[in-house]
Amino acid sequence: MLAAIITLGLLAAVFGLVLGYAAIRFKVEGDPLADKINAILPQTQCGQCGYPGCRPYAEAIAKGEADINQCAPGGEAGIVKLADLLGRDPKPLSEAHGQVKPKMLAVIDEATCIGCTLCIQACPVDAILGAAKQLHTVIASECTGCELCVAPCPVDCITMEPVKKNIREWTWSFPEPPQEEPVLPKGAHG
Amino acid sequence: MVVSRTAAGRTGFAQGRTRVIRRLWKFNGGVHLPGHKDESTRLPVTRAHLPKRLILPLHQHIGEAAEAVVKVGDHVLKGQMIAHAKGFVSAPLHAPSSGTVVEIGDLPVPHPSGLNAPCIVMETDGEDRWTELRPHCDYDQLDPSHLRNIIREAGIVGLGGAGFPSFIKLNPGPGKTVDTLILNGVECEPYITCDDMLMRERGQEIICGLRIMRHALHARACVIAMEDNKPEAYAALLAATRGTDIEVIQVPTIYPAGGEKQLIKVLTGMEVPSNGLPIHIGIVCHNVGTAVAVYRAIEHGEPLISRYMTITGGNIVQPRNLEVLIGTPVKDLLDECGWHPDTLERLVMGGPMMGFSLPGDDVPVIKTTNCILAMTRDDAPAHRPVMPCIRCGACADACPVNLLPQQLYWHAHAKDLDKIQEYDLFDCIECGCCSYVCPSNIPLVHYYRYAKTEIWAAEREKQKAEQARIRHEFRLQRIDREKAERAAKHAQKKEELTSITTKNNEE
Ligand code: SF4
Ligand code: SF4
Repeated sequence: MLAAIITLGLLAAVFGLVLGYAAIRFKVEGDPLADKINAILPQTQCGQCGYPGCRPYAEAIAKGEADINQCAPGGEAGIVKLADLLGRDPKPLSEAHGQVKPKMLAVIDEATCIGCTLCIQACPVDAILGAAKQLHTVIASECTGCELCVAPCPVDCITMEPVKKNIREWTWSFPEPPQEEPVLPKGAHG
Repeated sequence: MVVSRTAAGRTGFAQGRTRVIRRLWKFNGGVHLPGHKDESTRLPVTRAHLPKRLILPLHQHIGEAAEAVVKVGDHVLKGQMIAHAKGFVSAPLHAPSSGTVVEIGDLPVPHPSGLNAPCIVMETDGEDRWTELRPHCDYDQLDPSHLRNIIREAGIVGLGGAGFPSFIKLNPGPGKTVDTLILNGVECEPYITCDDMLMRERGQEIICGLRIMRHALHARACVIAMEDNKPEAYAALLAATRGTDIEVIQVPTIYPAGGEKQLIKVLTGMEVPSNGLPIHIGIVCHNVGTAVAVYRAIEHGEPLISRYMTITGGNIVQPRNLEVLIGTPVKDLLDECGWHPDTLERLVMGGPMMGFSLPGDDVPVIKTTNCILAMTRDDAPAHRPVMPCIRCGACADACPVNLLPQQLYWHAHAKDLDKIQEYDLFDCIECGCCSYVCPSNIPLVHYYRYAKTEIWAAEREKQKAEQARIRHEFRLQRIDREKAERAAKHAQKKEELTSITTKNNEE
């Protein structure tokens, strides 16, 4: 019992030290404007903007090196928010950086997967589980739909599927706008 | 704060008993609607026929969906738990009759989206055989937390419509005291009469349930409220409360007097703060049906597996109330009361103001279903043309929450989801008074629902993005760390090698 407590205590202390060290050693230097921009970006980490992730793109915008219309997953709403933040005019998504698409989810065909781990290395958010020579699966709730795992797969067993509508995340449609031409109502109102 | 004028008086119903005449307040706005209540109150309530198939959605309440604990092929008894509560805000599900589980999968459920959701489907065996029940005849000997546990295990949720797990609302929380426990029998939507019939027929059970709830909450006073268009129910409850200190109060008939915050205002003059709960002003409100469910759970050990339900509308041959097993397909109920499939214009679950259209008659009824409304063309007037807002302000006059529906509409229309929240969008109870009075026929509530669900969706997106950001940064750190470790190992090996070579050289 005592041995167990001491071992666990020691383990806790060691991990604490390692984490503490990592926090200092790998601290991301704060840049308030880049932080604000990064908070607007969708964190898909897909690289379609031409930068290796959302944060680098945010930093590039903050430095004035990149335009605000390069993020396809953020869509029009994202561009409008960026324009608001930076006091610029919104503009349409730049064509060179992809198109707005419905949200997708990577699905691995487990029958074909050979367990090569290449997709795990590609996934920017560690959303793929599996070890060498064992079949891999995608943690659906963590997948950002970035598609980065699709190309590296040597047996083409990863497909992108549209995210299924589920009842809890369903939203009411936007109502039909009123007709501009006034029409006389039929019958009196209740 | 409660100003009760204690003018004593004797009424014909409570002979020899002094009644307190309570002063009533008014809420702003509201509308007077044609009631359509007589049609469905002519027949006494009977049990609906036992259906062949019961379809039980795992999510029938506010909170997390329940989790199935049975498999296809299992034989289950009436009242046996078939899905357990997952998480704190959740409710378990019980088999409404005995039979076999034949399917667990996604099926159409009553929901405005028309989407499918996970359900347990069972085929009944016709025996309707109960599982072993554990009644408690001395509730006042039980600890309130024990009572709440039984009520939670019985799967009881608010039967008035929202479906919030009842045991949570029976816990005042640390340091809070309950002054008044209100039982809500105000059924203000047109057509619906199930609470009315319940009060007429089950007065004793309502009072027993109320006593148990009072014990759980240590409530000082108890009030049962209904509108003044239910004289039979009023008389029945007066008789049932004779010799007790429970007040039975009639409130003026106006829609939506049955809304929780509206009823509290009418009875006490107090306003529940925006974003607040009734308990913050010492009040707890439960539906009369919930009280009956609580009574049956404690004194008979029965879980919530059935409820009173109104089947009505111009399309129904014999509109009435039935005691229906949860999970009964809507079609079975329509068949039992008789209907005309060819002239059915709209099938609604709930009332005409706050209910929603059903995609078909194959969906089941759930714990929160109070009414099936089958409308012909006459009940459901054709869609009137929508015209631009003329800024008449009628909507603001009608809003019982004192909101500015016109402003909410403009911001929802402009999709300005930040601005609309400044106008207290989330205080809107979606009662539909504003749409009802709008001379331009603008579907105002539809706009508010759109805005609410969009705001929630944006909130979820944001949380997901934050999660992805953290995971991505964590990954970058991990890769860095691995690189550093590899480099360190490399350096160490190199050093060892060089030291060996130098040693060798020295020798
Ligand atoms: S639906 Fe909302 S805005 Fe309209 S009257 Fe009711 S509470 Fe007010
Ligand atoms: S009732 Fe209709 S037309 Fe009148 S102000 Fe409100 S939204 Fe506009």
